[in-house]
Amino acid sequence: MTDHELMWRIAGGSGDGIASTSQNFAKALMRAGLHVFTHRHYPSRIRGGHTYTEVRAKSEPVQSRGDGFNCLLALGDSFARNPQEDAYYGDEEIKPLSENLDELNEGGVIVYDTGLLDSEDIPDFEQRVEENDWHVYPINLREIARDHGREVMRNTAGVGATAALLGIDLEYFEQLMAESMPEDILEPNKEILHYTHDMVEEEFEFTHDLRVPEGSHDEEQVLLSGSDSIAYGALDEGCRFIAGYPMTPWTEVFTIMSQALPEVGGVSEQVEDEIAAAALALGASHAGVKAMSGSSGGGFALMSEPLGLAEMSETPVVLVEAMRAGPSTGLPTKPEQADLEHVLYTSQGDSNRVVLAPGTVSEAYEQSRLAFRIAYGYNIPVILLYDQKLGGELMNVPASHFDREPNPDLGAVTTEEELEDAPHGPGGKFYRYRYDAEDGVSPRSIPGQKGGHFLVTGNEHNQAGHIDEDPTNRVTQMERRMSKVEAVREFLDDRDTQTYMGPDDAEYGLITFGSQQGTVEEAVARLNDAGHSVRGIGVSDMMPYPEEEMTEFLESVDEALVVEMNASGQFRGLTQKELGRFGDKLSSLLKYNGEPFEPAEIVQGFEASIQGQDVPDQQTTYVPAAGD
Amino acid sequence: MSAFSAIGEEREIDREEFTPTLEPQATWCPGCGDFGVLKALKQAMPEVGRNPDEVLLVTGIGCSGKLNSYFESYGYHSIHGRSLPIARAAKLANPELEVIAAGGDGDGYGIGGNHFMHTARENHDMTYIVFDNEIFGLTKGQTSPTSPKGHKSKTQPHGSAKDPIRPLSLALTSGASYVARTAAVNPNQAKEILVEAMQHDGFAHVDFLTQCPTWNKDARQYVPYTDINDADEYDHDPTDRSAAQEMASEAEQSLYEGEVLTGRFYVDSDRPSYSEEKQAIGEMPEDPLAERYFDDDYEWERSHDLLLDRHK
Repeated sequence: MTDHELMWRIAGGSGDGIASTSQNFAKALMRAGLHVFTHRHYPSRIRGGHTYTEVRAKSEPVQSRGDGFNCLLALGDSFARNPQEDAYYGDEEIKPLSENLDELNEGGVIVYDTGLLDSEDIPDFEQRVEENDWHVYPINLREIARDHGREVMRNTAGVGATAALLGIDLEYFEQLMAESMPEDILEPNKEILHYTHDMVEEEFEFTHDLRVPEGSHDEEQVLLSGSDSIAYGALDEGCRFIAGYPMTPWTEVFTIMSQALPEVGGVSEQVEDEIAAAALALGASHAGVKAMSGSSGGGFALMSEPLGLAEMSETPVVLVEAMRAGPSTGLPTKPEQADLEHVLYTSQGDSNRVVLAPGTVSEAYEQSRLAFRIAYGYNIPVILLYDQKLGGELMNVPASHFDREPNPDLGAVTTEEELEDAPHGPGGKFYRYRYDAEDGVSPRSIPGQKGGHFLVTGNEHNQAGHIDEDPTNRVTQMERRMSKVEAVREFLDDRDTQTYMGPDDAEYGLITFGSQQGTVEEAVARLNDAGHSVRGIGVSDMMPYPEEEMTEFLESVDEALVVEMNASGQFRGLTQKELGRFGDKLSSLLKYNGEPFEPAEIVQGFEASIQGQDVPDQQTTYVPAAGD
Repeated sequence: MSAFSAIGEEREIDREEFTPTLEPQATWCPGCGDFGVLKALKQAMPEVGRNPDEVLLVTGIGCSGKLNSYFESYGYHSIHGRSLPIARAAKLANPELEVIAAGGDGDGYGIGGNHFMHTARENHDMTYIVFDNEIFGLTKGQTSPTSPKGHKSKTQPHGSAKDPIRPLSLALTSGASYVARTAAVNPNQAKEILVEAMQHDGFAHVDFLTQCPTWNKDARQYVPYTDINDADEYDHDPTDRSAAQEMASEAEQSLYEGEVLTGRFYVDSDRPSYSEEKQAIGEMPEDPLAERYFDDDYEWERSHDLLLDRHK
C-alpha cells in the first residue's frame, strides 16, 4: 500500500496550527492532481494536548483514512507545560513524537522538530526505528522559524521539510499562502518554506523511497468537509433560517450557515438553549421560511419536545444531529454512532419523522437537500444524522457536483387563490388537517394569507386544528400522519439512496451506515481482491427503513457483518426490528474507542468472523449472530 | 396579488371577527380571569387595526394556552414555556405579522423563564401577555413562581419557602422596552394597555393579573387596584428607567401586602426593535423572508456561486 499512496500525519499541540496546516497540505495535493482525504484527532482542549491530522493522498479516489500512516511530521507541543513529575495529562512535551509511533507503518518517514522534541526522551526510540526500518530526519524547525520569521511559523518549516523529502512542488503551497496571508506574514513564511526545503535537500541524504504519488483530475475539484456539504445543501435547497446553540461537533454546520446566511439575505440566530433553537426553527417554518436547527447528542436531547410538536403539528423542519461519543458529554471531540436510537425514538408518542444518514461528504450535500425536500414536501420533521468524523473530514469532490439549481419550492402549501376554494370549517377556519389528504399530506397555509387562519396544537386535533379527543378523529389523524412516512418510503425507494459495493452475487455481506461507508467500501474491495466473495451496502435511510432493499440484500447473502461505531449494535438492532427476521444471519463488528474504523480492521474482523475466531484487534469487538 | 394580502388590509375591523363563529366548548371555569384577557384582547384589535389573518397568536400550555381556541386568528398552541421562541422566529420570518405570545405564570415565568429573559433582551417587536393568577391551574392547584412565600399546596404542603418571581422587575432588567401590569377585573385599562403594547415597536410585556376562583381563592387580585398612571399620589414618569424600576419594585412588594398597583411602568419608544438592529448590521434582509417563497421573480442564490471558490 505504502508504495503508491502518501499518508502524511502532522502532530503537535492543540492551538499549534495543526488543522490549518493540514488543510492547506491537503488542498495543495488536490491542486497537484491527487485525490485526498483527511482524518483528524483532537482532544477537548483549546491549547496544548496531543492532536494530529492525517492527509491521505492517492492518484485514485480515496475515501477512508487508510491503515496507519507513512510519514510523520512531529512539531512539538508549544503549550505543553508539566511542572509536576506526575502530571494528570502525562508527559505532554514528547507526545507529538511518542504518541504517534504505534501507527507508523514499516519503512515510514519521521521528521521531528529538535527545537522542541528530543528523541532521547523516548527510551526505545532507536530500537523501534531499527526494527521498523523508519527513516528519521531530525531538524530544528523552531530555530529556522525564529531566525527567518517567527517561532509560530514552525509548521511552515515542517511543510518545507516534508515537501523536500516527498518531492512535492512548493508552488502549490506558495499559491495557497498568497491567497490566505497578509503581506507581512506571507514573506517570512515563503522564506521559511524555501529555506527549509533547500536545506533539507542539501544537508540530508534521503534513505527512504516514499514519494508523493502523481495524479491528475479530469475536472475541477473542491476540498470540502461533511459540515460544508450539509450547509451548502441546505442553502441550495432554499434554507434561509437557522437557530442554534454551540456544541461540538454540530457547531461547524452552525458556523458555516451563520457566515453564509447574511450573504444570501437569510437569518441566523444563536439562542439561549437547544429547546429554544428548535422552537425558533418551528416558528420560522410556520411563518413560511425553510428553516433548520440542530445539535449534538446532549443538545439534541433538549430538542425532543419541539421535535414532538413538529410531528404533531406537521410543521416542516430539518434538524441535524452531529453524533459524538456518549453517554452524556462523553468524548466531546471523538466520533461515535451511538445516537441512532436516540434520534429514532426520542420524544413522546409514536415516531412520525424521517431520519437520513449520509455516508460520504458528497452524499451529505445530496441528503441535506433531500431532507428539506421531504420536510417541506410532506410537512414532517427530518433529522439528518451524521457524526464528528463525517462532519470534520475533508475530501475532494468534483466542483460540478454542487452546481445545482436552487429550489425555492416551499412544498405542501396553499396559495391565496387556492385558499378561496379550499374547504373551511363551520367556524371559519381553514381545514389545515384534512382527513382525505392524498398521501396523508394536507397542505398548510402561511400566517398572513387571506382566508388561511387555522389552529396549530400539540394536542390531538380535528381538521381545523381544534383540540379534539374524539376516538374516531384520533384514529383518522394518527393514520394520516403515519401514512406520510409510508409515502416518504416510496419516495426514497425511487431515489436509490443506498450505496452498493462489490459484486451482486456474493456469499457474504458487509452492512454499514453513515460515516463508515467509505471505509467499508475500501474493505469490500480488499476482501474481494483477496479472494473472498463479499458484497457491501451503505444504508442512508434510517426512518423509514428501506425494507425492500435490505430484504433483497440479506436474502442474497449467506451471512452479513454489520459494521458500526457503537457498543450495542444499534443499526443491527434496527435492521432486525424492521425486517422481523435475519437474526441468525447478522453479526456485528463494533468499535467505540473514540476512533473510526480503519479498513484493515474491517478486513481482519471479517476474516475472523467467518472463521469463528476472535477479532485480533483489541480495539474492535465482534458480536456473533443470534443463536451462534 | 400579494402572497400575504391579509397583511396591511385597510378596512374597519370588527372585534367580532375574532370570535369563532362556531364557539368551541369553553373549558375555562366559571368566573375565571382568563375570560377577561380574551375580552380585552378582542376589544383591542379594532383599535390596533389588525385583522385575524395577519395576527399570529402563540400560546404555551395551561389554561392560558386555550386562548387560541376562543380567539379567531392564526393560532399556535405550542408546548410548555415555549411560546416565545416560536413567536419571535415567526416575527423574524415575517416582520409584517402582528405577533402575540401568551402564557401563564408557571408557563412563562417558570419553565419558560429563560426564554422570557432572552426575548426581552433582544427586544423583538411583539406583545407578551402573561396570565398571572399565582397558581398552576390546569394541573390542579400547585404553587407557581408567583405564588407568595408560604403558599401551601399539595406539592408544597408546608408552604413555599421561596420568594415569588418579580415579573415586572425581571422584564425591566432583561431589557423589555414596554412593561405594564393590568388586571382582568379592570377591562378598560386592560384593553388600553393591550392596544399600547401591540402598537409599541419592541418587546411589550404585560403581566395580566387574572383570578383563579377554583384553585387560588386567596389570591389578592380581587381587591381594588390603583392605576399608577392616573392616581394623584404617584407622579410616575414611565420613560424614566430608574423610576420604573423603583415603581415596579414597590408594586411587586405591595401586591403581596394587598395593594394592587397597575398601569404602564416603563415605555421606551426610542429603542430599535431586534429586527431593526439586525437589519442595521446586515444580518437580516429588509424584505420579509417569507414573501420570497411566493415571489416567482425572486432570484435565488446558489451556494456554488458564493462559497465554493474558497474550497478550490
